[in-house]
Amino acid sequence: MPDPILRLSGLAKSFDTNTVFEDVDLDVAPGDRIAILGASGSGKSTLLRCVNLLEIPDAGRIELNGDVVGNPEKSGRARYPERELRELRKRVGMVFQQFNLFPHMTVAGNVAEGLVTVLGQSSGPARERALAELDRVGLRDKADTYPSRLSGGQKQRVAIARALAMDPEIMLFDEPTSALDPALVGEVLGVIEQLANEGRTMLLVTHEIGFAYHVANRIAFIAEGGIYEIGTPDEVLKNPRREKTQKFLAEHRRFQF
Amino acid sequence: MYEWNFAPVFAESGLLLAGFRNTLILTATALSGGLVVGLLLAFARLSHRRWLRLPADLVIEVFRTTPPLVQLFWFYFGLPIVLSVEMTPFMAAGLTFTIQSGAFFAEIFRAGIVSIEKGQWESAKAIGMGHNQLMRRIILPQAVKRMFPSMMERSIELMKTTTLVATVSYADLLFQANELAQKTFRPLEVYTVVALIYFVSISCVSFFAARLEKRFARTGEFSV
Repeated sequence: MPDPILRLSGLAKSFDTNTVFEDVDLDVAPGDRIAILGASGSGKSTLLRCVNLLEIPDAGRIELNGDVVGNPEKSGRARYPERELRELRKRVGMVFQQFNLFPHMTVAGNVAEGLVTVLGQSSGPARERALAELDRVGLRDKADTYPSRLSGGQKQRVAIARALAMDPEIMLFDEPTSALDPALVGEVLGVIEQLANEGRTMLLVTHEIGFAYHVANRIAFIAEGGIYEIGTPDEVLKNPRREKTQKFLAEHRRFQF
Repeated sequence: MYEWNFAPVFAESGLLLAGFRNTLILTATALSGGLVVGLLLAFARLSHRRWLRLPADLVIEVFRTTPPLVQLFWFYFGLPIVLSVEMTPFMAAGLTFTIQSGAFFAEIFRAGIVSIEKGQWESAKAIGMGHNQLMRRIILPQAVKRMFPSMMERSIELMKTTTLVATVSYADLLFQANELAQKTFRPLEVYTVVALIYFVSISCVSFFAARLEKRFARTGEFSV
């Protein structure tokens, strides 16, 4: 097995007295597409947000391509200096449920922003790159409009282009279609599928179980404060071994036809 | 029946113009200084470091809750005694209104900054921005547009509050008007002209501010 792009070990997080998860271990190999499923409130988003340290885990270790992030060994609780947070986030792309585009910048400005401000590129090449990324998500013709003029699906595709422009080593999707009209879900899933086919490494928190089945190579089901069941889509979604996974899937299947 | 006669006032219009000039200089000084002080105070107040936050809280509260006339007297009469520094009327007035408007601007800045949605901070962090980059590129550009109407309101208030400086003999528009009124025995005419000057200049500023606000709306971010 090749060295993992991302290795989480012993990751724990709680809010006040509420333990979200404790002792999560996960290895993500290059090209892995791991869908994270679970009931709402099970901590799947929190787990994803710990990977790029938007939430700071209480304990555990994060390794990105062999680089240990922060100083987890020195005391029980890992410390993450500001500089290391920024370094990690440059290398990890994230797409949010609510898109979070910058409303005061054009579409191309949104995509180029990280290149210019964070990576220090000059605006000419950054714009070229932004246009190329917009092309990839099919929105090059919207480059000079403002986000307020886009549909939800288009906004999310721009947000994906913004993350891709930074050449991330891994992409995190936090329920990317949950805020969309059903009619707009397809275009966003299409872009994610295309990235999956290109061999991009990604972690995907989603409620679209059918999509997870088709696109992911592994499914992680989160429950009871940790990864409850993990395996291939056929293993976890077709023949779940454990009770909570079975119940969750049965609940989801209830209204399918 | 009172007979209006503006001729003596216009004959000495140079006096009023000089006062108007001084009013503009003082307002511009206090405004630009106040914006800088206000931004710094707002950052200090939003800081998680107590030793920055507490002094900022104190300055803001003191200058928001005490009468501007008393503040002016502190700086003009009090400070020279306590620190034995020489204060010109302009220095005292400039300092007072810089800090005073800074205290008000700080609250406007703070409210504007915290009004920006959590998602904006997070997506800026997620592409690797540090705190300063995030403030400069993402938060402040949006916050300033939201703050702008309150900023304008406060600036107009400031321009009118500067009339208090006449009490420490700074030759602003109102001070010059007092002089002229005594000289010409035409106080009604003098003060009417002065009110008109304030009315016209502040209306002009408001007009351009409204146009600027329209321009801000172009990106459509307020309708999101």
